[in-house]
Amino acid sequence: MKQEFTITIYTENQVGLLNRIAILFSRRKINIESLNTSPSEVESIHRFTIVISETEEVVRKIVRQIEKQVDVLKAYYNTNDEIIWQELALYKVPTEIIAEKVKVERLLRTYGARAVVIRKDYTIFETTGQREETDTLIKVLEQFSLIEFVRSARVAIIKDSKGFHEKLKEFEQAEPQIKNIEKTAILDEADTKIV
Amino acid sequence: MQTEILDRQKKAQEENAEITGSQALLEALIIEGVNTIFGYPGGAIMPIYDALYDYNDKLEHILVRHEQGGIHAGQGYARTSGKTGVVFATSGPGATNLVTGLADAMIDSTPLVCITGQVFAHLLGTDAFQETDVINITTPVTKWNHQITDANEIPEVLAKAFYIAKSGRPGPVLIDITKNAQLQKFNYSGYKKCTHIRSYRPKPIIREEYIKAAADMINKAQKPFVIFGQGVILGEAEQEFKQFIEKGGLPAAWTILGLSALETDHPLNVGMLGMHGNYGPNVMTNQCDVLIAVGMRFDDRVTGRLDRYAKQAKVIHLDIDPSEIDKNVKADVPVWGDCKQTLPMITNLLEKRNHENWLNGFTECMKQEVEAVIDEEMHPKTDVLTMGEVIDQLNELTKGDAVIVTDVGQHQMVACRYAKFTKSKSNITSGGLGTMGFALPAAIGAKYGAKDRTVVAVIGDGGIQMTIQELGTIMQNNINVKILILNNRFLGMVRQWQQLFHEKRYSFVNIESPDYVAVAKGYRIEGNSIEDRSKLVSALDTMLKHDGPYLLEVFVGKENNVFPMVPQGCGVSEVRLK
Repeated sequence: MKQEFTITIYTENQVGLLNRIAILFSRRKINIESLNTSPSEVESIHRFTIVISETEEVVRKIVRQIEKQVDVLKAYYNTNDEIIWQELALYKVPTEIIAEKVKVERLLRTYGARAVVIRKDYTIFETTGQREETDTLIKVLEQFSLIEFVRSARVAIIKDSKGFHEKLKEFEQAEPQIKNIEKTAILDEADTKIV
Repeated sequence: MQTEILDRQKKAQEENAEITGSQALLEALIIEGVNTIFGYPGGAIMPIYDALYDYNDKLEHILVRHEQGGIHAGQGYARTSGKTGVVFATSGPGATNLVTGLADAMIDSTPLVCITGQVFAHLLGTDAFQETDVINITTPVTKWNHQITDANEIPEVLAKAFYIAKSGRPGPVLIDITKNAQLQKFNYSGYKKCTHIRSYRPKPIIREEYIKAAADMINKAQKPFVIFGQGVILGEAEQEFKQFIEKGGLPAAWTILGLSALETDHPLNVGMLGMHGNYGPNVMTNQCDVLIAVGMRFDDRVTGRLDRYAKQAKVIHLDIDPSEIDKNVKADVPVWGDCKQTLPMITNLLEKRNHENWLNGFTECMKQEVEAVIDEEMHPKTDVLTMGEVIDQLNELTKGDAVIVTDVGQHQMVACRYAKFTKSKSNITSGGLGTMGFALPAAIGAKYGAKDRTVVAVIGDGGIQMTIQELGTIMQNNINVKILILNNRFLGMVRQWQQLFHEKRYSFVNIESPDYVAVAKGYRIEGNSIEDRSKLVSALDTMLKHDGPYLLEVFVGKENNVFPMVPQGCGVSEVRLK
């Protein structure tokens, strides 16, 4: 069964790596629904957050392919239950209509929105939240001549994650010891098979 | 050699020498132990070729006739020598001509370092003359690639390139160097080999519980069956593998890239897997109780229909590449790691066994196959020669000591089925990508990688015409390769499929050949062409004994088919004997 998975990838900051990762998806004709790259908590380590809708089996295989790339340190995949995630959305609406027809204050309060810019000709609102929340505000603002809408990629934090500082130390050892290696999803699964 | 390398490094450090990027590149190659380069010069790689002029005594450069020939030669070299093949090409068309070879090396895990020239850095992205976005074109077909625009990067990037290409599951690496970086002088402080990259784990960590689980499962098995691939050769684990199957009494069958890792005549060698493999290994895959896959990746040409593949069996999968585990066939016990290390660990825990009855089953199957297929192939009732008998006579003459390089198609399947091997790294073929035109240039490289061995390139009349220009390379360097063309006047494998699955609608498989002997003669290569059985042995013997390159064309049956065959979309146990 297909469902939404969030893939988190820790990488070196290398030119061309985005392409190397992206083609792993396009080769399998998988559409990337959202993609974000940013620095991570560790200096020099980059973090990709990619959202796709696929079966777990496909996601697991693709994550292994991602991890196999030389400049990738580690890749994880999670269901929506296992992460805290947010997206940011911006809405541009004509100020005169808004000022005339909407109780702006109520709008802001109900949808947790914030006015970023207020000019004579237009106003830009911003909300942060999950997909349904940002979608609802589009519906409302569409009635008031929404001029422009944009939503950012998802950013997500894995609930169980302990960050990457410790993990990086393992990678920096030329000869890692088994006790230092955290069990991965693959190993965990294989473990249960043997028992 | 070793002291010379140290001297060079020391000298460089003392002097803190100013050298060019091109010189730094060649220094890197020497310190990495490279002595052979296959390449073709051009505008954007001219500074490197200029530097090479002064390194002629240390680096042997083979001028090929086409960059595709260069990279296939690099592959052949890597496969017989066990070292990393090195290829030079210029920017633009030079680089794009490498793509087929990169894809081939990628899918067949062949270690290569390819150096391409690139336009000046300030011209990148301007559609300059012979500019191509080589990095992005080659990303899906390289294990790693990198563009250098500053000479200071050269030592470190080259060290990474050689480390990545050869370690773990090997693969091709491409380094694109802009012309300014090749020309640029910089303070060279020596070359340090790379032994660790933090984002790259070439070998997964071996987990002893899986070793134990694997050994337990094999010890309990009644009908264990080992299938092995190129991992055994790449891991140089031939001895470890033999000890493993001998202690467990385990019948073992090979993929075409695993061929020659275990000598043909070994009593536990039960033959070839897959679409045109032997009858027993295919049928028994669906009868065994434990299937032990060693350094192979369950390619579809080996498994046939996956939902009818070894469903009754527990699967143990040994592989160095974790992404191969569960990719096509689910493993009950995944043994990650280098099989050179994991095999002896399992062998230690094995009980000495002898699965005689089970092994006899394979012998029985072989009898059926001999009756239905092999007898007719070896002793045809007509005057027309078969590919099988040519290979069989070749075996007699070479005693299985030759390196056999094959192209792609019917002759490849026949050669793999019937060629005999006594040594590892002796079967060189394009497996995963199925690249017609591979054999002739790969044979050139194979000879440089194994100079003291006889190298025979077995090629069809289709494949030879794809890279026939490399006869020029053979001529110029007097490379002692034996070219055996099995000419059936058809694109035989496609024709076979059209006969069996497309109602004999022979669509564009009727290929004409030039007079190959005359072509060879034009290249000052001796040759002969035969179609009579009576002349076969002496013609092969003349070819093998000839001092230098030799081309022998043998006309074989036009519409002969390769059997057994697992038709596409069928399970392995549905293998057809006719």
